Amino acid sequence: MSDTGAGFVQLGILLVALAVVYRPLGDYMARVFTSKKHLKVERVLYRVVRVNPDSEQRWTTYAAGVLGFSFVSVVVLYLLQRLQSVLPFNFGRGTLDPATSFNTAVSFVTNTNWQSYVPETVMGHTVQMAGLTVQNFVSAAVGLAVAVALVRGFVRAKTDRLGNVWVDIVRGAVRILLPIAFLFAIVLIAFGTVMSLTKGVDVTGPDGVQHTIALAPVASQESIKELGTNGGGILNANSAHPFENPNSWTNLIEIFLILVIPVSLTRTFGTMVGNKRQGTALLAVMGILWAGMLTLIWWAEAHPNGPAALLAGAGMEGKETRFGIPSTALFANSTTGTSTGAVNGAHDSLSGLGGGGALLNMLFSEITPGGVGTGLYSILVFAIIAVFLAGLMVGRTPEYLGKKLGRREITTASIAILAMPTLVLIGSGVALMMKDTAGALGNSGAHGLSEVLYAFASTSNNNGSAFGGITVTSNFFQSTLGVCMLLGRFIPIIAVLCLAGSLASQKRVPESAGTLPTTGPQFVTMLAGTVLLVAALTFVPALALGPIAEALA
Amino acid sequence: MTATTTKDTQRTSESPEQHAEHAGRSVSAGVFNPKQLWSSLPDALRKLNPRHQLKNPVMFVVWVGSVLVTVFAISDASVFSIATALWLWFTVLFANLAEAVAEGRGKAQAESLRRTKKETVARRLGANGLEERVPGIDLKIGDLVVVEAGEVIPGDGDVVEGIATVDESAITGESAPVIRESGGDRSAVTGGTTVLSDRIVVKITTKPGESFVDRMIALVEGASRQKTPNEIALTILLSVLTIIFLLAVVALQPMADYSGKQQSVIVLTALLVCLIPTTIGALLSAIGIAGMDRLVQRNVLAMSGRAVEAAGDVDTLLLDKTGTITFGNRRATEFVPVGSSTVDDLAAAARLSSLADGTPEGRSIVELCVERHGLAVEAGANELAGEFVPFTAQTRMSGIDLNGRQVRKGAASSVRAWVVEHGGVVPDEVNTVVDGISQDGGTPLVVAELSEGVASVRGVIRLSDVVKPGMRERFDELRAMGIKTVMITGDNPLTAKAIAEEAGVDDFLAEAKPEDKMALIRKEQEGGKLVAMTGDGTNDAPALAQADVGVAMNTGTSAAKEAGNMVDLDSNPTKLIEIVEIGKQLLITRGALTTFSIANDLAKYFAILPAMFVAIYPGLGKLNIMHLHSPNTAILSAVIFNALVIVALIPLALRGVRYRPSSAKALLRRNLLIYGLGGVIVPFAGIWLIDLVIRLIPGIG
Repeated sequence: MSDTGAGFVQLGILLVALAVVYRPLGDYMARVFTSKKHLKVERVLYRVVRVNPDSEQRWTTYAAGVLGFSFVSVVVLYLLQRLQSVLPFNFGRGTLDPATSFNTAVSFVTNTNWQSYVPETVMGHTVQMAGLTVQNFVSAAVGLAVAVALVRGFVRAKTDRLGNVWVDIVRGAVRILLPIAFLFAIVLIAFGTVMSLTKGVDVTGPDGVQHTIALAPVASQESIKELGTNGGGILNANSAHPFENPNSWTNLIEIFLILVIPVSLTRTFGTMVGNKRQGTALLAVMGILWAGMLTLIWWAEAHPNGPAALLAGAGMEGKETRFGIPSTALFANSTTGTSTGAVNGAHDSLSGLGGGGALLNMLFSEITPGGVGTGLYSILVFAIIAVFLAGLMVGRTPEYLGKKLGRREITTASIAILAMPTLVLIGSGVALMMKDTAGALGNSGAHGLSEVLYAFASTSNNNGSAFGGITVTSNFFQSTLGVCMLLGRFIPIIAVLCLAGSLASQKRVPESAGTLPTTGPQFVTMLAGTVLLVAALTFVPALALGPIAEALA
Repeated sequence: MTATTTKDTQRTSESPEQHAEHAGRSVSAGVFNPKQLWSSLPDALRKLNPRHQLKNPVMFVVWVGSVLVTVFAISDASVFSIATALWLWFTVLFANLAEAVAEGRGKAQAESLRRTKKETVARRLGANGLEERVPGIDLKIGDLVVVEAGEVIPGDGDVVEGIATVDESAITGESAPVIRESGGDRSAVTGGTTVLSDRIVVKITTKPGESFVDRMIALVEGASRQKTPNEIALTILLSVLTIIFLLAVVALQPMADYSGKQQSVIVLTALLVCLIPTTIGALLSAIGIAGMDRLVQRNVLAMSGRAVEAAGDVDTLLLDKTGTITFGNRRATEFVPVGSSTVDDLAAAARLSSLADGTPEGRSIVELCVERHGLAVEAGANELAGEFVPFTAQTRMSGIDLNGRQVRKGAASSVRAWVVEHGGVVPDEVNTVVDGISQDGGTPLVVAELSEGVASVRGVIRLSDVVKPGMRERFDELRAMGIKTVMITGDNPLTAKAIAEEAGVDDFLAEAKPEDKMALIRKEQEGGKLVAMTGDGTNDAPALAQADVGVAMNTGTSAAKEAGNMVDLDSNPTKLIEIVEIGKQLLITRGALTTFSIANDLAKYFAILPAMFVAIYPGLGKLNIMHLHSPNTAILSAVIFNALVIVALIPLALRGVRYRPSSAKALLRRNLLIYGLGGVIVPFAGIWLIDLVIRLIPGIG
């Protein structure tokens, strides 16, 4: 079968699989977050942390819970790395330096999983399993909790309560992430992904030189790495490494895991607001943009600049031969369209247009279909802006799902949207003004600019994928990128929770023929247009000097 | 101070009938005269003051940019830099102009109102019953003043004694005098209006300086104008867009520097100004002022911009049946003969009995005879001899005695008794017909005749409420807009139902008492709906205050006018529908121009970005799809287009986007197509055309 043919078959299998689980998983997640019952293991957890699971919180308390939990997580993760020398399974890998420890702690707690270290040489298994893997679960659960709180803002009326943040985090982790991750860790092992607690195996290469091939508990982290849209590999080559992603089946399973929760969450949303078509409309927007970007990246990779480059096989530079162009494009599109950031090839080697596509995916604010939870709340924020503008055009104070969009809603939605572009633009601008930056770049000219832009887009969007080529171990990059991850994660979260509180306190306006319909092709076009427009207007000047200049050269 | 001609600003005064005829037409456009642009220029220049600009974040950024570019243009003068600086200033100026023109129209109106505020001398009644002459401004609330024919009423108040005709044209523009009398719902008088006949005693209800005319002046001048909630939300969104573009442009400099060519401040500022939503930023306040003004042109005074906005959101309209849905009086619509009588016999008898009957019902009977049966309007010579028997509360009949023939018409029971009294027999058929008419919601009038000693019933006249023409279509439109109409009437449920069905309203409230109205409003509001209503009586006041949009009739009591958030000077309740449309039009205009403004940016990117960077990356020249002459002409063309589009859209901002009642979906499709897609295409053409012209300027480069 030709490469392209295989690509289409894989794409078909992926879409069918997603379609099959969409309803059951989406409805199951809705039940998880609306059920009154607590599992036994959950009750034990609540007792340990002294939380009354039946009490509900205002948005401020909810937000304080998210921030407090994340702060403690950062501290614990930082300490684990700083104390690695005394932890078991460290294989002599010593303490990590403060800059790397800070950057990594922030990176995993914010669901970014930007990695400025080489895991198999610096991280022992204890930090990996007790630190990084745990954060892979709970950072995704935090995203889910925030998204659910926002949905409750739409569902509820005349209340200041959004739910219980501890219950939402625990349920997301215990009832959704753990079972699916466990199941797929087994599946991945069955397909050849490695699972080992040893340091590695020593082999003598054909050249007679001794090599140590690192081993790690890969499968257990691999499944949640994708499922929780985390993306931090336990091995440096990430999903391009044959121990993480040995063949096209595991490749497909990993892409499926990346997309399954963000996609199904739109169903959860539709079910919770009592109108499933509302969820379908959001899914359609995500799907259209995802498909459009996939087409762009796939085409760009299959048609690298000039016939000579094509003949020379330039499209395969930085790609694994076992995946080929289509599977790499599919993976790259899915990992940048969600906040995953796992890679099965080198994004730095993507063509000007293809790399620009991956970059643009992130600059959409991660809504195609976005990270676990973050994708849903981000697209809802965009929907609020779109409905506000369009709502004016039908001659009513704009309302979405029965809630009026006034001053407070627009302010909070604006802050949520504004955070990422601010960080990317200021960050890239400042980085390019630094004298040392040119030396840190792997390329000069337009591609070098793309590398800087990509680094700040990846961290500010909590994606974590690396364009590579850029050396980010300097204190300047470790700290600025760390700050970008923190602000890029928590400013939108606080704004979204404030928005949720404001929505929940409103009464519900009944729908009429004069209300702007928020389902159907018209709304889908409008929302997709708004996402495209905001991203385009904000980033076209910067992109013109990076990927666009590269592509038009 | 503006030289706006009064012709432009004279309020069109339409009688209620004219309004009814206009039912179904779209909201008409306000007047705009290009001369206003010129006459408002001094005001616009005055607004260049930075303190004024601070109120509008978008235009403030342009103002700062203009200053910056001017400084750089002076230090490094070239045709390009000076032209760019000039056009940036024009951008600010045009925005000011839009606001000044909108305000100018209100000012002219205030001027004409002020003229009515003459110094008056009031004849105050002392405690001893003696009159004393005091200046009008010394009146206090509760003072009693006497006003006689030819005198100007010194202040707002209620008539407590007497009845008079009053010329209210100074306020309403309506020249026909109106009747004001003590008690009832026509007791309110407005200071500055003139009594034409008789003598009334007025109890003053407002302090001087806070009178209706004072408030009106403040409103139309925009002195008390505050940003409405939606305007604030939109301003926030526009500010956020401005911040994003500011960041994008600021971050561009280090990127350009890294790429090999720093950009000049002039070019970066030009890019920024072109990208931020200047079009809507410049026109936003003009749109709000013009929205209020459109109401004023229809003789409606909104006490706040918030009320106008709320009008666009209304979900439920409460409409009084009488005067709004039906004509004020019942009319004869059918003759039903009984017994041996023919329709012509009945018509002849009915006409005879009504010839001298001056009541509206009586006149409508004669009209029906003329229309359907070809009888004469005027009484013939022999008929004039007849003696009219007027209606009294005791007999509950009226009629005529002519040449020994007696004709009577009246309520069924009274006429039946009269026939029996004169030895006649009332057939059962009469009861059947009378009951039938009652059940259909009509009022039966039985006609009987006593001639040659025999009394007999001729037949029954059906009096019905006649629904104003075009109402059904209007209600259909409202339904399409998602607005529910509820008819309020004192009639019994049966009658109410019949009329509700005929008029096509969605619901009705029969035998309505003021507290029922209130309960209905509360119930609707509980469900999250916005309610609009009209009212004039004092007992309407609580409901007017409770409703989200309460339109008080100018003829109503001062309590009603105080409680509502709008006053209709024409006292035409049908206008509520127009008010809703104006409210919607206001929001649509804002949304449409915002969309247009943002959609414009695409073309500007295609003009400016290749111009800035083609020197660094020649490949970016492919983005110059408009084939603009040179980088300088490309940038300047975009700046000029950006400024000119503001002027081009001033008429639209003042007039409002055309609005036809239809569903949200259809409206959105239309507006997205025109202002979204149009907003993408128009600037490509505009910038290309401007470039064709300015490339001819020598030295532009």
